[in-house]
Amino acid sequence: MIEARSLSKRYGDKVAVDDVSFVVAPGQVTGFLGPNGAGKSTTMRLMVGLDAPTNGQALINGRRYAEFDRPLREVGVLLEARAVHTGRTARNHLLAMAATAGINARRVDEVIDMVGLTEVASKRVRGFSLGMGQRLGIANAMLADPDVLILDEPINGLDPDGIRWIRNLLKSIAAEGRTVFLSSHLMSEMAQTADHVIVLGQGRVLRDEPIDRFISGQSSAQVKVRSPQAEQLATILRTKNATVQVGDSGTLEVDGLISDEIGTLAAAYGITLFELATREASLEEAYMAITQDARDYRASSSTKETV
Amino acid sequence: MSTAVTNSRLPADEVQPINQTRAIVSEWVKFRTLRSSVWLIAAAILGMIAIGLLVAFNTRHLGANIQSNDAAASGPLQGYYLAIYLMGALGVVFVSGEYGTGMIRSTLTAVPRRLPVVWAKALVLTVVALITMTLASFAAFLAAQALISHYRPGHSLGEPGALRVVIGTGVFLTLITLLGSALGWIIRNTPGAIVTFFGLVVLLPVLLSFFGTAGRSIAQYSPIYAGSSFIQSTPEPPALSPWTGLLVLAGWVIVVMTLGIWRLLRQDA
Repeated sequence: MIEARSLSKRYGDKVAVDDVSFVVAPGQVTGFLGPNGAGKSTTMRLMVGLDAPTNGQALINGRRYAEFDRPLREVGVLLEARAVHTGRTARNHLLAMAATAGINARRVDEVIDMVGLTEVASKRVRGFSLGMGQRLGIANAMLADPDVLILDEPINGLDPDGIRWIRNLLKSIAAEGRTVFLSSHLMSEMAQTADHVIVLGQGRVLRDEPIDRFISGQSSAQVKVRSPQAEQLATILRTKNATVQVGDSGTLEVDGLISDEIGTLAAAYGITLFELATREASLEEAYMAITQDARDYRASSSTKETV
Repeated sequence: MSTAVTNSRLPADEVQPINQTRAIVSEWVKFRTLRSSVWLIAAAILGMIAIGLLVAFNTRHLGANIQSNDAAASGPLQGYYLAIYLMGALGVVFVSGEYGTGMIRSTLTAVPRRLPVVWAKALVLTVVALITMTLASFAAFLAAQALISHYRPGHSLGEPGALRVVIGTGVFLTLITLLGSALGWIIRNTPGAIVTFFGLVVLLPVLLSFFGTAGRSIAQYSPIYAGSSFIQSTPEPPALSPWTGLLVLAGWVIVVMTLGIWRLLRQDA
């Protein structure tokens, strides 16, 4: 479990994290969303003690990171910024990290194999692609098989195979009752991986809720209809208080009625349907709606200041 | 990443608590797995021996044009002028290289109390520099005397003060290496730390010497002048006495290292 308690971080005049409180629960994957500069990476750095909070505290399993005797076992960390000396080979990097916890070379080779870097393990990191660097970072985080994972943009640069692999890995780790906290800008991927989301905007928590509720709370399902009698159907649907947008080549986008109701109405009026499909709201739409509000807020508050 | 995800979890007893010894082992692995470390040390050793032989060759016949410094027991040890830069850079880069590459983030998440990393790096550098530079110093001295002995009687390790300057050169270069690493902790950025090292070690005494007698006597307390008074057989006034010089150089290392530790413990990584 990770707890942020009134966590704040200021760099000079710039407030990066502004009185943030939340709990990342074990047993599920928690996604950390927010635009660039929202304070996600800073929050993660505060959690693992790389930066000291200006106010408040970050606790992992009830303790500050610096208090851990076995930090690598407690928390596996992958930070977005590269954190490996590029003049060293991947295996030597992991051996140096493993030495701090007395972890043997067999485990080092195990994690190298797990992330698929065996063939390049004795090559210097300087020549690694973004994806290979990311795999090394994941191997680093998994070295001591930790209770808590804190991963900043772990799927950046991974190929589809790698993305699917890490999705399954994170889900299985969460299913074991461990804590998984990851940030990502790839909404489609987050939608498939996360059970819970925390959305940050301008250093503040905008949303902290289960992903299903987050999505349904922000946008509703829409039904797409295609019919040779689109105009006639639109008129009928509007009398049932639906909002209908008429598109090209006989397509309608209907809000306010579910597909069952639309199909039944069309049958009752003898209208032919070529296509009738519910388009579920997406995480991306929900995310855009929430962060759009944050951007509007920023725009309006800065306007006020200039007036 | 094609392997199956569901493996049994790594047993808890395969992960040991962090302690000073494990921090040292980790830093030793880091040190010996960087090519730059090996190259810098190799260059320093070869430079020491080559310059020792050069001085020996030039002083094979004593005459009016030969300075007493060059003909003294410490004469062939003047390769330390080169080794200062190489070993100083080694110390700087062993620390600042971690900041430059971002490795420091991995290091400090593995050793979150931070201070063990400072002691570990300092110990690794001390042992490596002391062994290699003392050996290089002996090698330079013995090779030079072997060459000189073909032309004239040279110096032996048994004569008064000879062992002090030979072992002292190893000690001196070890302290210089530590000074470099301390600047790495303070400045974090490799070019900045290297430039500062040059400023402190090379430029400071030269600038001070512009200020007449007073300036020159202050310059004796600069790291290089203080340290070299320990490793010269015939130091010229106003040089400090050998052991005072050693203490002053050690004082520099302690002060700069303290500032470096302060920055590491107090400021964001």
